[in-house]
Amino acid sequence: MAAAEEASRPFAGLSDVSISEDIPVEGDISVPVGSSRRDDEFSTLDEPVKETILRDLRAVGNKFIHVLYPKRSSALLRDWDLWGPLLLCVTLALLLQGGAADSDDQGGPQFAEVFVIVWFGSIIITLNSKLLGGTISFFQSLCVLGYCIMPLTVAMAVCRIVLISGSGNVSFAVRLVVVTVSFGWSTFASTAFLADSQPPNRKALVVYPVFLFYFVIGWMILTFSPSQ
Amino acid sequence: DPEDVKLDLSEDEEGQEESSELLGGQKPTGGFWTFEYYESFFNVDTVQVLDRVKGSVLPLPGRNFIKHYLRSNPDLYGPFWICVTLVFSVAISGNLSTFLGEMGNPSYHYRPQFHRVTIAAVVIFMYAWLVPIGLWGFLTWRQGTERQIGGYSFLETVCVYGYSLFIYIPTSVLWIIPFEWLRWTLILVAMVISGSVLVLTFWPVVLVTIVVLHTLLAVGCKLYFFQTAVHVPTPDPTTPSTHITLATKLS
Repeated sequence: MAAAEEASRPFAGLSDVSISEDIPVEGDISVPVGSSRRDDEFSTLDEPVKETILRDLRAVGNKFIHVLYPKRSSALLRDWDLWGPLLLCVTLALLLQGGAADSDDQGGPQFAEVFVIVWFGSIIITLNSKLLGGTISFFQSLCVLGYCIMPLTVAMAVCRIVLISGSGNVSFAVRLVVVTVSFGWSTFASTAFLADSQPPNRKALVVYPVFLFYFVIGWMILTFSPSQ
Repeated sequence: DPEDVKLDLSEDEEGQEESSELLGGQKPTGGFWTFEYYESFFNVDTVQVLDRVKGSVLPLPGRNFIKHYLRSNPDLYGPFWICVTLVFSVAISGNLSTFLGEMGNPSYHYRPQFHRVTIAAVVIFMYAWLVPIGLWGFLTWRQGTERQIGGYSFLETVCVYGYSLFIYIPTSVLWIIPFEWLRWTLILVAMVISGSVLVLTFWPVVLVTIVVLHTLLAVGCKLYFFQTAVHVPTPDPTTPSTHITLATKLS
């Protein structure tokens, strides 16, 4: 009993406390729901479909521009996506069709073969760079390698246009120059993005497979011969 | 952790070689389902890879490739990418040589012949993996339980076989030059160099087997990928080897 009284004494003064009526007491008791604010920023369920598609297209187009003017930017690495590589791979595989089609056995690569070479090759190169101690993530590397095929796809389109006008020595020389330039461009662009994530004493070990990869794709483009 | 810490900080080459032989090779950390397990097979620098490639092209007598260059740090980077490069160099060079051989022929229409890449890949990767497996199995069976002393680990065997294939890459590119005598000279030189690397490492036990298998691979590649103007659509009945039969059956 006495202890309870002792305990209640520190609060004794509070029993007289009353809120003066001069001070208006009002306010909002509702707790501000932060999640609704967050929802507005990240929830894209309510926006029109056109906006969603346009946003992705803009991201893809932005990366295309990054490939055209390669500089060490982290933007392409941070927001990776695989739409661009898929689009480029399909375009390249389609452009490589329709050549020397009379004998499938000895002709150009099939659609599936191009796909396998591009994707399987990218995966192998990514695994290689990770096994050598690279700090880049798996999908980031796939993204970079896929986007850097763009110069070669453009070269393929140019080659097909050149081939329409003829397939003699002049056209071959033109195609050789175009493919060589675009192969160099692809390799340079991808190493500009990938080189930073490797320890310096292993850079060449990572760059060589990339070189080989784009060389093989360039070879497929250069040897494309139209059906007679 | 006894696996990670190598206390030998001395610059003494002999001392390092002693300790590495006693340890009998690096033990990869983690189980085979972890990423770190495979990372230990790629623990090489650019300089080391180039050094090993150089060692495979210049086999000096008395230089055991495994003991001198690998030093119980075998890697899979070299064998894998050398095989991949060899696959494409053989297929592309063969395609180019066929094209150059038929240039004067008006009825010839250029074909990229992409199926050759698949065939080259199968043959070369099978050689680079199955033969070392067989060789290692044979050597291990002979050694019995004393695998660590004097015996080679499976990875080291695969590694030396992979690097020994390097000389075939420039050889296949030079095969584009359309002179038969040059091609046979090149193939002989390549076989001698590549075979010496293997023989100096595995001498003397499997000398004959190595030479025979190497000959089959080299001659088989030459006959299949670098066919001269006389087209032989049917498999050559005089070649008895299974490698060549396999290659032509797949075409």
